[in-house]
Amino acid sequence: MIPPAYGPEVASGLWVYLEQEAGRLEGVALELLGRGRELAAQKGTALTGLLPGHQVQDAARVAIAHGADHVLVADHPLLAAYSTEAWTEIAARLILERKPETLLLGATPNGRDLAGRLAVRLRTGLTADCTGLAWEEGTGLLLGEVTGFGGGVMASIKCAHHRPQMATVRPGIFPLPPPDPRRAGTIEEVSVALSPEALKAEVLRRVRQEGVDITRARVIVAGGRGVKGDFTPLTELARLLGGEVGASRVACDLGWIGRDRQIGQTGFVTRPWLALVCGISGATQFTVGIKDAEQIVAINSDPDAPIFEDADLCVMDDLFPVLEALIAELQRGTP
Amino acid sequence: MRPLDTVVCVKVVPKPEEVSVDPETRTLDRARARSELNPPDMNAIEMALALRERHGGTVSLLSMGPPFAAPYLQVGLAMGADSAYLLSDRAFAGADTLATSYTLAKGIEKIGGWDLILCGEESSDGATGQVPQGIAEWLGASQITFATSLAVRADGRLVGEREIRGGHEVIAVPLPAVVSVKLGVNEPRFMDMERRHSAAPVTVWGAGDLGVDPAWLGFEGSPTAVGAVWQARTRERRREFLEGTPQEKGRLLAERLRALLAL
Repeated sequence: MIPPAYGPEVASGLWVYLEQEAGRLEGVALELLGRGRELAAQKGTALTGLLPGHQVQDAARVAIAHGADHVLVADHPLLAAYSTEAWTEIAARLILERKPETLLLGATPNGRDLAGRLAVRLRTGLTADCTGLAWEEGTGLLLGEVTGFGGGVMASIKCAHHRPQMATVRPGIFPLPPPDPRRAGTIEEVSVALSPEALKAEVLRRVRQEGVDITRARVIVAGGRGVKGDFTPLTELARLLGGEVGASRVACDLGWIGRDRQIGQTGFVTRPWLALVCGISGATQFTVGIKDAEQIVAINSDPDAPIFEDADLCVMDDLFPVLEALIAELQRGTP
Repeated sequence: MRPLDTVVCVKVVPKPEEVSVDPETRTLDRARARSELNPPDMNAIEMALALRERHGGTVSLLSMGPPFAAPYLQVGLAMGADSAYLLSDRAFAGADTLATSYTLAKGIEKIGGWDLILCGEESSDGATGQVPQGIAEWLGASQITFATSLAVRADGRLVGEREIRGGHEVIAVPLPAVVSVKLGVNEPRFMDMERRHSAAPVTVWGAGDLGVDPAWLGFEGSPTAVGAVWQARTRERRREFLEGTPQEKGRLLAERLRALLAL
């Protein structure tokens, strides 16, 4: 085997990587603190947050309120924006120094960018894009539940001899823990030695829209090719139902709506209570993103659309008159 | 700007919809699944060929897999790649991301003289999306993950637009670099059938050719192992059709949604 940097006999503690943007913790970091709190309690171990960034003391307090016992803050002006080199360097140094047993990261683009690089630097195993986490009975090893083959096959993965056992977890899998502002925890500032030359990457431009997190929506009204570029009725319907608008890849490719709302294999995997799917034929690449919805409603004019196979309620008709009547009826009922 | 020598890492994968779990043995049944080049790898090949048109240089293909992967590499040669290498050995089988990225990095070192490595963002079978970053670490190269476009700047730095959560960023990194390419960022070109016949044969290397410790390869070299495998639960849906005019269907649907959501 590829020799580990350290093994189980010297490892202890559960760490969560706290991804933040401009000092605000990512939703998945909070979700991991919630699940991490439970996993740490089962093991009788401490939950530590790893927080690189600049001016992130408030985020450290938020992490404690959400379940962290201890937060390691690595604060430096050069950490204002994420970069692979700086983050890998800081995480690897702290991990080799303190030897946690387990490290959990959110499977966001930057979380995955870091995890893949860090796992090789630490010569350890990484279970990617988990949809579940548990301790294996008897061995106490971390079991990461993963999906493969477009979501059709599931497997559990473990890492027996290398530490830390690393896993990235999909956003939206675990619930947000309710914050407790009175929770006690410690914040430790660690020293950061970074020179501008050590940073290989320069960020030239950064565009981020805030607000929509479709993985957290309870109701999703999704549109595809069939909406013909007009998301107006879907937006109104989403508002009436207290939900968010989602879209198929085609609708995003055509520029009808932002990528932050794209559902499916190349977009977000969502878990709404209700998904209303309008004018989307329902190829596997899309349905993998809503298959865990409690209820699926499909509106499509094509009687052969595969989405009808995957729906609880089916409306085979022209989208726009159906939506018009539906919206009018819902508006009538709301004061 | 000097020519750019690129290696594109590709994987031959079973078509996802044709793979199932054998209910008796609880193992993957890939026997009936047809294979294909992993879709985002096609976008990586296209990106490499487009960069070669602009900057000159070469495009090599590299894959790790069983011997039957060779004809799929010939597809890439017929698209315009200059050479293709297949790492094929029983010792490579069962590799996780650590052992896979190590083996591919050793293959890249053996090809030599590279400036840029392109990979698809993730494979449709394992879907870890972690191998490109691993290759970058083994090789000590810069990395740009989830890239949607790439260009080489006049000062020789690689500029890439990449996806971040809720948006995108443009970063510049020094070469050599490893880049993972998002699915669907370009339209892969068709094969040139003339090239298919005239293209160089695929070079096959085994573990012995790479000069590596066999204990670092395949299942034996992998820190992670699969505990259990099962078929994803597919929820049985009611498939109840609402009838009537569009207006009646709309009103019926409103009633149902009100009841479901307790509005």
